[in-house]
Amino acid sequence: MTSASGGDADTVASVPDRRGRFGPFGGRYVPETLVAALDRLQAGVDRYLANEDFQAEFRSELATWVGRPTALTRASTLSRRWGAEVWLKREDLAHTGAHKINNAVGQTLLAKRLGAKRIIAETGAGQHGVASAAAAARLGLPCTVYMGAVDVERQAPNVGRMKLLGATVVPVTTGDATLRVAIDEALRDWVADPEGTYYSIGSAVGPHPYPYLVRELQAVIGREARAQMLERTGALPDAAFACVGGGSNAIGLFHPFLADASVRLVGVEAGGRGEGLGDNAASLTYGTPGVLQGSYTLILQDEHGQVRETHSVSAGLDYSGVGPEHAYLLRTGRVAYEAASDAEALDALVECARHEGILPAIETAHAFAGARRYAATHPGARILIGCSGRGDKDMPILQRTVLEGLA
Amino acid sequence: MSIAPHEAIGAAIAAARRSGRTALVGFLTAGFPSRDRFRDDLAAVAAAADVVEVGVPFSDPMADGTTIQRASFAALANGVTLPWILGEVAAVTAAGGAPILLMSYLNPLLAYGLERLPRAAAAAGVAGFIVPDLPFEERAELRGALDREGLALVQMVTPVTPPQRLERLCADARGFVYAVTMTGTTGASAEVPADVLAYMDRVRRAAPVPVCAGFGIRTREQVARFAGHVDGVVVGSALVEALERGEDPRAFLASLR
Repeated sequence: MTSASGGDADTVASVPDRRGRFGPFGGRYVPETLVAALDRLQAGVDRYLANEDFQAEFRSELATWVGRPTALTRASTLSRRWGAEVWLKREDLAHTGAHKINNAVGQTLLAKRLGAKRIIAETGAGQHGVASAAAAARLGLPCTVYMGAVDVERQAPNVGRMKLLGATVVPVTTGDATLRVAIDEALRDWVADPEGTYYSIGSAVGPHPYPYLVRELQAVIGREARAQMLERTGALPDAAFACVGGGSNAIGLFHPFLADASVRLVGVEAGGRGEGLGDNAASLTYGTPGVLQGSYTLILQDEHGQVRETHSVSAGLDYSGVGPEHAYLLRTGRVAYEAASDAEALDALVECARHEGILPAIETAHAFAGARRYAATHPGARILIGCSGRGDKDMPILQRTVLEGLA
Repeated sequence: MSIAPHEAIGAAIAAARRSGRTALVGFLTAGFPSRDRFRDDLAAVAAAADVVEVGVPFSDPMADGTTIQRASFAALANGVTLPWILGEVAAVTAAGGAPILLMSYLNPLLAYGLERLPRAAAAAGVAGFIVPDLPFEERAELRGALDREGLALVQMVTPVTPPQRLERLCADARGFVYAVTMTGTTGASAEVPADVLAYMDRVRRAAPVPVCAGFGIRTREQVARFAGHVDGVVVGSALVEALERGEDPRAFLASLR
């Protein structure tokens, strides 16, 4: 095991190693049936990620179908209210409404080149499901999406979108019927057909090489944001905030800033309704090391190593684990992680909607809550927020929480 | 005991072979269907099978089909933990019977502590472990720890394991090689086409220890089909379902012979 010491940018930027280790975290803990499939995926990643034809097609799809680069918006009213300079990286403007599409397009292009006959995906909030369904439709592959039954209900608009896009949506009723069991079920599907099926995982989690692959596909967020900040303000932000469930939008935003030691990077987890096991989904804040769904990372588990159910008002953050690179960045100290409660997130969502005319996803609102807290103690700070997705999908839950409270 | 625990596994399978039988490896989930009756169930299976696998329940059994998932979740709801399982196993192994292995996903073992696990398991009379989410490349730490107590870490191979990898996995195997019959999770009933038998023959040529086929084996006909191509067969979901129906596991296992 590599020791994870210091926040040295070169060290941080050079992970993972060939075994998929981010310091002690990561690796590949899967049934033997999947080892050869992951080796093929690794070979595909090695071959295509640096391949000019692949990158040209990926860039073209991002530019002409996804709508990249996404805007960088100056949040004037939030800036005034918070006494800071607030900028939003607008992944909510990307096709299908969230950053998830960057990864879905990239993995689907890769699946085509690897000769896959079908795509499977898991989804929590439904955004990766919609993005996968859309990318599969565009590239002519059948798509099956596993989704916890609780999420099917609370993110109903996205279920309809997936079906319209031609995907088969499979509700998963085991456990707490949210994202974790959806991943378990997707893994079981893949185990049944490791040669013909491509598992397009939706976050920077899972066995190697997924955390690396997803980071590389999402790093476009941070590369664009960094260039846009320099162009618009002539400087880098003092701090950047992103919400963290599995952590794909956060790693995508943060990774291009890791070498910029002056930029404080903060991941905001789902603090749910409290600190107790089962009351939140904040694996970096409250978790302990263990193996879940293919990688060694920080997870919410009991003393016997049983992974516990989580709670968050946001389906997309409602997950017991987290991408292994975040566990590593926490340990090295390069990125700070904190939790925002359900109530703080909903409050931040309403503030953004009222004052900026942007309805962020509930997941995204956690990043706003963290940024607002930071602004309170850092007057005048230049703050970049990863506005990872839009909140249209959250209307059923917003109806029950915020809107009924307003009535 | 004159032989190491991992050697007792191979000896039990060899004894079945000497008497002209395909060894039966019986799997049951610890604490399912009843926590109170588990010790009796385990003793009954240990009396009838040649080798026993005790499933340590886990919250995320990604390699398992619906039967063992259901059994695992029910056992967890019954408060089953690894320390409790070791106590039950110790009570049964004290009276002799078939070698008992624990089948566990990695995380409950990590939570118990890889430093103290081998000694505690050996003291309980456990002969080895099967860890379905621990591939060959990640196994060094656990394998080293188990080796020190003479416990087996059983290697799984599958029909999609590439030939060179198969050789490497088999060459270093302890106890027996667990040859998964098909791609997929446990429990789904598998046909036994000729290419599966040819694959079992390849595994057997590569393995210096006995080979047991597992996943989806439910009937006497399937067991008969594997005879001569493997040394033993693992019966898991079907046995769990028989226990769930309240059947005597001895009668059920006898019906497969």
